[in-house]
This record gives sequence, structure tokens and C-alpha cells, in this order.
Amino acid sequence: MTYIAKPKLHHPTLVVNNVGYTRRDYEGTVSTLCAGCGHDSISAAIIQACWELDIEPHRVAKLSGIGCSSKTPTYFLGNSHGFNTVHGRMPSVLTGANLANSELIYLGVSGDGDSASIGLGQFAHVMRRGVNMTYIVENNGVYGLTKGQFSATADQGSKSKRGVVNSDSPIDLASLALQLGATFVGRSFSGDKQQLVPLIKAAIAHQGAAFIDVISPCVAFNNHAGSTKSYDHVREHNEAVNRLDFMPKREEITVQYPEGEVTTVQQHDGSYLLLRKLDKNYDASNRIAAMNYIQERQAAGEVVTGLLYLDEEPEDLHAHLNTASGAFNQLNTAELCPGAGALEKLNASLR
Amino acid sequence: MKQIASVNDFVVKFANVNGSGSASANELFAKSILRMGVPVSPRNIFPSNIQGLPTWYEVRVTEKGHLGRRGGVDFMVAMNPQTWNADVKEIEPGGYLFYDNSKSLPSSKFREDITVIGMPLTEISNTTYAEARERQLMKNIIYLGALSFLLGIEAEAIEKLFGEQYKGKERLLDSNKKALHLGRDYAEQHLPAIGLKVERRDAVGDRIFVEGNSAAALGCVYGGATVCAWYPITPSSSVAEGFTKWCQKFRVDADTGKHKFAIVQAEDELASIGMVVGAGWNGARAFTATSGPGISLMQEFIGLAYFAEIPVTIIDVQRGGPSTGMPTRTQQSDVLSCAYASHGDTKHVLLFPEDPKECFEMSATALDLADRLQTPIFVLTDLDIGMNQRLCKPFEWDDKRQHDRGKVMTEAELEAGKEFGRYLDVDGDGIPFRTYPGTHATKGAYFTRGTSKDRYAKYSEAGPDYVENMQRLLRKFETAKDLVPQPITANASKKTKLGVIFYGSTSPAMAEAMELLEADHVHIDTLRVRAFPFSSAVEDFIEAHEQVFVVEQNRDAQLRGLLVNELNIDPAKLIPVLHYDGTPITARFIVKEISQTASTLNVTPLRKTVRGDSAE
Repeated sequence: MTYIAKPKLHHPTLVVNNVGYTRRDYEGTVSTLCAGCGHDSISAAIIQACWELDIEPHRVAKLSGIGCSSKTPTYFLGNSHGFNTVHGRMPSVLTGANLANSELIYLGVSGDGDSASIGLGQFAHVMRRGVNMTYIVENNGVYGLTKGQFSATADQGSKSKRGVVNSDSPIDLASLALQLGATFVGRSFSGDKQQLVPLIKAAIAHQGAAFIDVISPCVAFNNHAGSTKSYDHVREHNEAVNRLDFMPKREEITVQYPEGEVTTVQQHDGSYLLLRKLDKNYDASNRIAAMNYIQERQAAGEVVTGLLYLDEEPEDLHAHLNTASGAFNQLNTAELCPGAGALEKLNASLR
Repeated sequence: MKQIASVNDFVVKFANVNGSGSASANELFAKSILRMGVPVSPRNIFPSNIQGLPTWYEVRVTEKGHLGRRGGVDFMVAMNPQTWNADVKEIEPGGYLFYDNSKSLPSSKFREDITVIGMPLTEISNTTYAEARERQLMKNIIYLGALSFLLGIEAEAIEKLFGEQYKGKERLLDSNKKALHLGRDYAEQHLPAIGLKVERRDAVGDRIFVEGNSAAALGCVYGGATVCAWYPITPSSSVAEGFTKWCQKFRVDADTGKHKFAIVQAEDELASIGMVVGAGWNGARAFTATSGPGISLMQEFIGLAYFAEIPVTIIDVQRGGPSTGMPTRTQQSDVLSCAYASHGDTKHVLLFPEDPKECFEMSATALDLADRLQTPIFVLTDLDIGMNQRLCKPFEWDDKRQHDRGKVMTEAELEAGKEFGRYLDVDGDGIPFRTYPGTHATKGAYFTRGTSKDRYAKYSEAGPDYVENMQRLLRKFETAKDLVPQPITANASKKTKLGVIFYGSTSPAMAEAMELLEADHVHIDTLRVRAFPFSSAVEDFIEAHEQVFVVEQNRDAQLRGLLVNELNIDPAKLIPVLHYDGTPITARFIVKEISQTASTLNVTPLRKTVRGDSAE
């Protein structure tokens, strides 16, 4: 239960990171999701990524909408401010929070119902605006909290637990994000921690709109034969285009790769991504090609995963608006109010 | 026929075609009279259209300073054939009709009881100017010239305005001056003298002439708003556009060129309020501007902000109902939908500005109140004051005034071990402390939810926790009563059992109505409500009178309903006076309604000195 706090005592030998925190310091309360839920693996990956990135937990703002996935921010980063907003509208709240203070790290967590059904409009516009954030959709193709109705990402022809076949076309959020201008687009699987953790790290380091679609099977309502979001189905049809290693800035590259197989990409914050190609024809810097490839494989029934697209020189909303850096909440009256003298002049011009 | 004769007290109405460039000429007309020291009150009556449909500009010239709409027209400038019949009909007997007689009209198109003044405007313009758009624009300045001569408006006053408008654009300045004098010369040589005159006075004083929306936007700058998210909707769009303009002037860092503000035109009102909620949660002072349909769309977020206690400022420029058409007309019809906006048990703070001066003040105050009370604050203005230039007292600001950021716990306080409970009422006023995200490494972080929480923001579905929280929110609403702008009362010249309550843009019509009623020996005390929740002064006022009129610009007597509901007033005690046809309320209407009822209440015998109101 979420109101049961985890014990605060840590084992004395726990390893601390460069900012003095153990991995446990990035945890939240105990999850109330079903045992085996893919979402809990994603929470664990977020915890791991933040710890490895040496992020101070309180510098993260975590926001979510409504649904199973949107409950998860309670289960990680207990020392961060969090906001459980309204169904499908987390993107606007995150945008506003980001406008108010460009110096925090913004993590948006949502689900397929929250982002692809009720919230498709806000999902689209937050990508268009290039809000500097990491936006994770925990995608299981069903509504969990209301017991198993299809969401808009459910594949056409997939069967619900009650035996109903979905006849509507699915929305592919990764393709949409690409089309709408997200500057970092990845897809992963909650069961593949090795792929997911570096993707989240790279997304957080990315200084623009970063989107990760994580297929996350619902053990209660969408893990049966006939479902295309079950553990078995995704494992069988997962086609990773690359493998990613994330290197924080100025760190020596120690891993050796066969020549021609690895691309090194420097992100704007100075971090490096080592991108090992699994599919030699896949180019993650080509947006149009990425869109075509995803569509092509989707038609063949495959789920393409990995870092699908990266713009090395992203521009974010603050750059578009030319806003002063820092938190608006630190500006005082003198910095914001033009004062009585200016008002006198203004009055004179209105006579 | 007896011609209407009046100095500095008459109504001129311009009937134009939208998009013909008449707005600027008409505004010059109004301003030139102001420059002669005579107050005017102009109003745009415009369609939901950019080009082609009828539009009107009504100017009340009023030496006494009655800035409400009067009703009735003494001088019609009929420039639109589409609305000719209705426009001619609207002229008071003995009034004047000014029209373009370049094409002749059958006598059946005129009236016997008015003075008809024809002038070949198109012909003059076409012989003078070659280019089509110039012909159209200069035609407006030519009629401005003719009118100025007929009414005795000084050419110098208009030329000075040209000079201010076309500073550094000598060619435009000269061509406008030329057109003005073309009109004046023609009028002098060919047109008859009329009984309406403007004479120079010193009745304007230091007052300013400004639109409420621009003033509200300026109030947001002075009040320290840094984030504005909005979606275009008439009649509120010019608030956000005004904020953009004022920020460019006042909020761009001189050294870096960086903006100390962020303005986003959202994809809809759901997103605009969502962004404001996000920014408020993160400690920025944030606002949105909208109108009725926007308020409808924002309901869910307004509820979240109420329960999660997030500072939000909403400027609602009220208008007629849904769709298009009536929405370009004025009303006070969002009172209830704002007061009780959203699901669950909610009620919200409302402020009611009466004019642009108060739009400025109350917008700045709303931002303070939002932070102090950690809740949505509505500034309920309307189209009449929002989109029309109104003469009002100059803006004031005390440089000693500091923005009130409310109860925000700092890093130092957290570090020193001060107890933090996000929903903990530490001093009985119902307002808890909050922390800005990112304040302290290990203390003061909390998870924001709508309802399911305890005093320390821990997840809780327990009934007693919910009830305790809801009771605290009520205490907070009590606290608000003393913080909001207090009502303003005025006593009649004699002791009376009658009272009248009004609010917002009704003010000038009410002031004029009270003068007329007093002159007629009907004595009524007045109270102008400036905010909800109602302070005890409102209760005391109702208590002190036997009958109280409640004057509003909506059908359902919404403020009256709020008074009955919130103060447990006997409904029989509150008499509704309702005006809701989309035109601004007039003194004539108020006087007529109140006198009729007052006479049945057997208070004072009435003499029939009140003029009938042809426009109502």
C-alpha cells in the first residue's frame, strides 16, 4: 500500500554515487500495482537511471496524468516534488511547470489511455513545442484501473481478455512523436532493463522533447494469448535496431567495439551516446527514414525498439521564447514591477 | 418639427460596414471631444465577422460624466445600406440623420420628424483620390471633417491627434489633414446648422482613456505575472495580446535581451489552464484570460487547482452565451459558473472590476490573492469594459507595495527543522505552507494530488482525513472574506428602507440612475459588491434594508442566487433587476424597473419625469 513507507534505515555498505546518494534514496513508497506489472520494472529503471546519472532527487519534478502508469511516480524519487494531474492533461501542466523554471529536470509519466486516447491532443502539442522533458508512456494497450477496456494503442485484431477483438486502427505514439517534432524518440520493453536504463539516461540528458514508448505488459488484463502487448508476444516480435551505452561527460570510453559498428554521439549537455547498430541499415539521425522503417516493420508485425531518432542539436521551448534562465519564482517585485514612475508616463500617454 | 438642441449632452451613432476602416476615424471623433475637455463614452457594437457585416460605434457625449450607455440616438451617421432602415428608425424624434447622398434614395427611405443631412461623400472621395483603398479610408476622414464642423469640434484638436498618430509619417499626416478639411469646407459651404454642439470645458481632468483588457494586462505585469497561457476567444484575446505588448515594453532584460516572462498560445482552454496550473505549482505567478466557453472547458482543472491548492488567476471577460453572434455582446452571465466551477464541493474567489482602473488593480490583486490563498482567483470583467475605451481615474501604484507570495517555506526554514505539512493548518486561517519544487535536498518535497491525502500530503482514502481537509478549505474561504476588495456603499440623501446591490460594469449606469431617482424623490442606498465571498458588510447592508434590488446583466439573477445561497437571505427580500439583451445596461432601464417596483412598494409617489427608453 502506498501509505506504508519503506524503512528509512539503509544498509551501511550501500554504494553511494557522486552526489552522495544510495540507489535507495531514489526510491519512493511501496508500489500498489499488481505483482509482475511491467510498470514496476519501468519505475526501477527510472530509479537506476537517476542514480547512475548522479541527479540530486529534489532537482527532478515528476508529473503524471491518471491511470495505473500515472500512479507510479509515487513509487520512485520520493524526495522529488510530484504532481498527479488530471486524465490526459499532464503535458500542459508539465509545460507550465517547465515555463516557470527552466532549471529543474522534468519527467512526465503517462499511459496509453492517458496519452493516446483522452490526451492525444496534449501529447501532440507538447511534442510540437519542444518542451525540454523526458516523456515516458508505459504502454500496455488497455485500461487497467477500469478493468481491461482497449486503449487507442491496442493493435487491430488483438483480443481482449474477455474475447473481444479490437477493430480500430492503433495509434503508434513513437511515429506520432517523430512526425510532430520530438527531438529524441525511443522505444523499449519493460522486460529489457539493459536497453531501457541507458535510453532513459540519454533522454534525461537530452535538452529537448524526449519521448520513450515503453511496451509494458498488463499482467491482469492484457497478457493472454491473442494479445499483442503480452510478455510472450513482445519478446517474440521485438526487433531492436541498436544498443545504447550512455557516457556522462568527460568519461573515458573504455568499451571496445568492432570498427564501423559504433557511432559516438555527443549531446548538448556534453554527455556521449555510444550507439551500437544491430541493424546495419538503421540510421537514428534520419527522421524520415526512421518513420518509414517503423511503419514498414509494424506492417510486418514487428515492434521496433531502441533509439529511433536523435537530433543532436535540439531547440527547446525556452529557446523559442527567449526566456531568462532560472526560476521565475526567484524574481522579486523590483525585477517584475515597472513601478510608479513608469505608470505616470503611461497615464500621460492615455489622455 | 422641433430639432433636438443640446450642448455637450447627446448621442452620436456611426453605422458602418466592418472592415471599411471606419474604426480609426470614429475613435478620432471620440478623442477629439475628450481633448476639448468634454467626457465621452464610446462603445463598439460589432458582429462576429472581419469584413462585410454591420458594425456600430456609439458615442455618448456627456459633460456630466455619465459614462453608462444612454440608449437612443440623437445623431445617426448612416454609412451602411444594409442596416439603413433600422438605423433610421432608431433616431429620436427631432434628431439628425447624416448620410452619403452620392446615390439618391426614394423619399420613403426617410422620416418626417428628423433632420436629414446628405453629403456626397463617395463622389468627393472618388474625385480626389485615385486608389480604391485610399478612397474608402479617406471617405471616413471626410465625414469626420464634416461632423466636426457641424458639431463645433475644433480642427486643431483632431490635427493634434493626427500628429500623435502619424509621428514621422509626414505623407499620411498631410493626406489626413487634407481630407479632414475637405469635409469641413464642404460642411461650411453646403450643410445646415444643427442644434447639437460641443463646447470646450474642463470636465475630463486627469482621467485616462483606455480599454479594460489592456488595463487588466498591465495589472498582470505590475502584479508580477511571469507566465501567461491562453487560447484566442472574443472578447478576451486582447488581454493576452496586451500582456505581450506590455511585457515587450517592461520585461525584456536590457542587458541580455532575455524575457522575464513566458507567453504561450495554447491549443485550447484545457491546455491553457493546465499550463497555468503547472506554472503556479512551480511557483511562478501565472494567469489565463478567457470567456464563458473557456470557463466551461476549464472546469476540471479549476477543481484540481482548488483541491490541490494551486495559485491560479483567471481573467474572464464575460459575453453572451455559446457559439458566435451574441458572444460579441456583453453580459454578466458567468457568475455562477465561476463561483462554483468544477466537480465536487468547490467555491471560488471572484473579483468584480467596474472599469479599466479596477481591471488594472484587481488583476494585480488577484495574483497576490492567488498566492496568499493558494487557490484559483477569478477577475470577472466583461466585454463592455474590456473591449471599449473608457474614461477612468489614472492608474496608481505604490512603490512600497511588495508582491505577496503567501506562505512559502524556504530552504533555510526547512533546514532549521520547521515542521512542514503541505495541508497542515498551522495558525487557524486555513492556509497551509507550500514549498516550491527543488527547494531542499531532503525536506519539503511532497506529492500533489486532488483529494486523497492527509495533512502531510501522504496518500489517504480515509473519510476523516477528507472531511478535515474540506473543513480547512472552508476556513480558508472565511479568511478570504477579509482579504478581498471590500464593498462600497453610498447612502441616499434621506433615510430609506430600500437598497440596491450591483457590481462590475453596471457602475456608471447605476450612478446616473441614482441621480435621476434622487431627483424624483426615490431614495435608495447602494452597495457595490466587489468580490465573492461576500464580506459581512454585504450581510449588514441587506439586513439594514426592507427590500433590496439586485441589478445584473444576466437572465437568471446569478448574483442574487449567490447571495441567497451563501448568506441565507430570504429570497423575497431581494428583487431582481435584469438586463440581458446583449447591450450594456442603461440608467433609463434601471430607473424604469426600480420606479415601477418602488411605486408598488408604496414608498414615495413618483412623478413622470423619467424619459422612456426607446432602445430597450
